[in-house]
Amino acid sequence: MAFEGLADRLQKTIQKIRGKGKVTEADVKEMMREVRLALLEADVNFKVVKEFVKKVSERAVGQEVMKSLTPGQQVIKVVKEELTELMGGEQSKIAVSNRPPTVIMMVGLQGAGKTTTTGKLANLLRKKYNRKPMLVAADIYRPAAIKQLETLGKQLNIPVFSLGDQVSPVEIARQAVEKAKEEHHDYVLIDTAGRLHVDEALMAELKEIKELAKPDEIFLIVDAMTGQDAVNVAQSFNEQLGLTGVVLTKLDGDTRGGAALSLRAVTQTPIKFVGLGEKMDAIEPFHPERMASRILGMGDVLTLIEKAQATVDEEKAKELEKKIRTASFTLDDFLEQLGQVRKMGPLDELLKMMPGANKIKGLNNLTIDEKQIAHVEAIIKSMTKEEKIHPEIINASRRKRIAKGSGTTIQEVNRLLKQFEDMKKMMKQMAGMQQKGKRKGGFKLPFNPF
Amino acid sequence: MSFFKKLKEKITKQADSVTVKFKEGLTKTRDSFAGKVNDLVARYRKVDEEFFEELEEILIQADVGFDTAMELIDELKMEVKRRNIHDPKEVQAVISEKLVEIYQGGEESISELNIQEDGLTVILFVGVNGVGKTTTIGKLAHKFKSEGKNVLLAAGDTFRAGAIEQLEVWGERVGVEVIKQGAGSDPAAVMYDAIRAAKARKADILLCDTAGRLQNKVNLMKELEKVKRVIEREIPGAPHEVLLVVDATTGQNAMIQAKTFKEATNVTGIVLTKLDGTAKGGIVLAIRNELNIPVKFVGLGEKMDDLQEFDAEKYVYGLFANLIENETEK
Repeated sequence: MAFEGLADRLQKTIQKIRGKGKVTEADVKEMMREVRLALLEADVNFKVVKEFVKKVSERAVGQEVMKSLTPGQQVIKVVKEELTELMGGEQSKIAVSNRPPTVIMMVGLQGAGKTTTTGKLANLLRKKYNRKPMLVAADIYRPAAIKQLETLGKQLNIPVFSLGDQVSPVEIARQAVEKAKEEHHDYVLIDTAGRLHVDEALMAELKEIKELAKPDEIFLIVDAMTGQDAVNVAQSFNEQLGLTGVVLTKLDGDTRGGAALSLRAVTQTPIKFVGLGEKMDAIEPFHPERMASRILGMGDVLTLIEKAQATVDEEKAKELEKKIRTASFTLDDFLEQLGQVRKMGPLDELLKMMPGANKIKGLNNLTIDEKQIAHVEAIIKSMTKEEKIHPEIINASRRKRIAKGSGTTIQEVNRLLKQFEDMKKMMKQMAGMQQKGKRKGGFKLPFNPF
Repeated sequence: MSFFKKLKEKITKQADSVTVKFKEGLTKTRDSFAGKVNDLVARYRKVDEEFFEELEEILIQADVGFDTAMELIDELKMEVKRRNIHDPKEVQAVISEKLVEIYQGGEESISELNIQEDGLTVILFVGVNGVGKTTTIGKLAHKFKSEGKNVLLAAGDTFRAGAIEQLEVWGERVGVEVIKQGAGSDPAAVMYDAIRAAKARKADILLCDTAGRLQNKVNLMKELEKVKRVIEREIPGAPHEVLLVVDATTGQNAMIQAKTFKEATNVTGIVLTKLDGTAKGGIVLAIRNELNIPVKFVGLGEKMDDLQEFDAEKYVYGLFANLIENETEK
């Protein structure tokens, strides 16, 4: 990660005030400097940061330090709570009109991801809510924008309404709504052209579409990497059109996404969804708490847990735990583990979500090559049953055979065996730690992320 | 002679139309950034700590980033002390001077592209999704074509729906040929084809489009490395330029973009797009400062000829145009 998270930043300040019973004004001032920096580096708008810091300072001064927390953790807790609150509750609901079709208008700057998001949203409506959406290609300006939506429509098998690029977007929207009524589509998603919020002519066009199509929702699509200007863009779109929601895109990148906070603070409109990739199902409801963690650079523990829960079979997990405890973990178990973890998504993304992961040496810039994992799988699969349970019997000629069978090299086989041995050693230590920990009241993370 | 006067004289000597483009394209940016500086200068009677603090705020709001803003402020403080400046109005000229200095990075005319005198020049375009790579290529193709060059485009974005068609529309508009394969094909193979075609047709310029990719996607970055490798293998010394396209609205993440793309493809310059909005693209200042990647082009509008070669002096002139004109008229 290129920027230090708030937790890392605060570590330095915290050293000085460790052991104090109360957070004093001076402590808070010093820590707030770090909070301010962390937020600015996350691209939260300057004015929003100013107000936020003021509010948090007031709340943090004089607070009793909870027994379980250090003063630094206390401040992080307050900061995170305030951030979460500022970003509003989880509101991923989409309006339903009593007189169908429900019309959704997608607006935003160029390149924010409107067309892709339009496709994703339609897909979500159909899959999750069992709706019958129709897409409307109203971007007549960008070359091949219509073609892009049509291609997505074809992929998703969702109809796309288009009149080519010679008809005005206002007329396209009008006819589309008519057509949707006739064909009993219950959702109409209008993909408008990207435009600058200061482009008066094009903003007027959006207002006209709004007048005619009477949308139930107007979503502003915003690139999560947007900097300080996010407030100007959001404010302008909101004033001219009256937004009902925001969709934050490209959150699968490594941006902190401080724009989310700015958007919310300026428009008072809920962030409803986030885009997390180029595939059509890469859209999720917005979780303010997770976003707060991300902005502060504290890792997205909840997403990680959720992903784990969704993929790991509980029975199997128990079994595994026992194996780890008794150190009877075999290469077969390892293979299965690998499979389960991979189901959760790309490994380096998982790692990034772990709090404190950036503190572990070497993990900082670690990138995991998925190909290597495929090699590991191939190696293990080229072993006999006996070899998998008792890897110590693997001698030189067996190594040669395994390497040949898996299409890898003897060096790779050696490396894997060594890693597996180290892992088993580590498991023994962990098992020991857990038992010790139980007596002392639980194993603790280097800091409490919540 | 004051810095402003020098700047104005230097610029009025040059082609006027370009200066006008900068001035017009930067209207919104000027209104907010320079407007704030002007306002600041007007409100303060002396140059003190508070003055600098507010200036720091303005810089941060332009996405310059905290570290670069601090560095710039420190340098300004030193200059102010050295020149014994007390009037805030004089500080303004020093700010402009410093901006030009950073943008130029001590080297003159670095914004010029590395165009081969004879033979093929290959330019590779890289960047995250939605920054305007394809549009930039279209506009550049127009520029080269109108200079009488034989231009060819390579449709290397085989991933995003409609990307190939988008480049084809540009090809038709400008009147240049697009080398393509089907959607989903290997972009490296497209490049191979395109280079073959460019050689056969004796093209002067080959502009290579690639799919937008977020810099933390390891596999996609590796794919890009491969694309570049194929180009290198086919023509020694190519690609002659690797241009990272950056959206001016991007915040601090642009720094990570620049770092990662530089590692993967050895970026030689930046195209800063969408500067005609209210965004200031201040992050390129930080990128120039830290990674020494120069800005080569800026997008100042939607029209074909709105993509302009970056010129630090014209840029700063565009930012402070009103002020400079007032100042020098006096």
